[in-house]
Amino acid sequence: MKNPFDHLDKLLEHRTRLQIMTVLVSNDAFDFNSLKELLDVTDGNLASNIKALEKEKYVSVNKAFVDRKPNTKYKATEKGRTAFRKHIDALEMLVKQQKQ
Amino acid sequence: MKEKQDYSQDLASIRDLMERSVKVISLSGLSGVLAGIYAILGAIGAYYIVHYPISPFNYRIYSIQNPTNLYKLLGLAAIVLIASLATGVILSQRKAKKLNQKFWNTTSKKLVMNLAIPLVTGGLFILIMLYNGHYGLAAPACLIFYGLALLHASGNTFDEVRYLGYTEIIIGLISALLPGYGLLFWTIGFGVMHIVYGAAMYFKYDR
Repeated sequence: MKNPFDHLDKLLEHRTRLQIMTVLVSNDAFDFNSLKELLDVTDGNLASNIKALEKEKYVSVNKAFVDRKPNTKYKATEKGRTAFRKHIDALEMLVKQQKQ
Repeated sequence: MKEKQDYSQDLASIRDLMERSVKVISLSGLSGVLAGIYAILGAIGAYYIVHYPISPFNYRIYSIQNPTNLYKLLGLAAIVLIASLATGVILSQRKAKKLNQKFWNTTSKKLVMNLAIPLVTGGLFILIMLYNGHYGLAAPACLIFYGLALLHASGNTFDEVRYLGYTEIIIGLISALLPGYGLLFWTIGFGVMHIVYGAAMYFKYDR
């Protein structure tokens, strides 16, 4: 990795989106409300950031109803996992380089 | 371009979030200690029901003969179980509040489910065993199923829970080889080990 900056993922440079991917990569699936609670963000903020990840096919969405209430579950796709891993590797590389 | 501080902070927050999203950190160590104490009190009660006045360290070559004693033991076990669960829930709720977290969230639900499936299976299996008159291996079966349940749920909480799981399984297997010491091993597994691991967790995470 010559220049780690080239390997940073544009989409994941945004803090909330990186956090969303972190949770989804670490867990099988997560629903909207639990995600909101964990990350302590607003509905609108979370929705728009998930939308961006969805558009890039980093996350897959599964809409269902539990007790007539909408229960939307999100999963990280293979593409999303790979992108996340590359981004984290680049971050680690940057931190290492800057320490030198 | 971001500052150096920024990137290492990003990484630190990712690690923290990974941990928090997967593991229940509100699990109270103190409740483990108390559960151990309840178990020892329960075991002392059980000793007076079935063994007394023979020494508790005496190897038993007979098992429970009359159904009244069996019901007394089941009642005692139920009290210990309910008291332990209630203490666990109350103290973990308090700890969650202190950590500014919700006690009942996706992660804790997962923990309870993972714990409940092997535990309920074991509970039913043991009741069926008792119903069929196989009393000798009830205590080892409790220990082994509990150990497997802890092992199964340990991915969703502190590492100590996994080690406790291994310990219970080993004690359970040894106890199965020496069924006459069932109550003694039960006391070590559910009493002493809960106190040991609960105290370790309390000093490491609760304070």
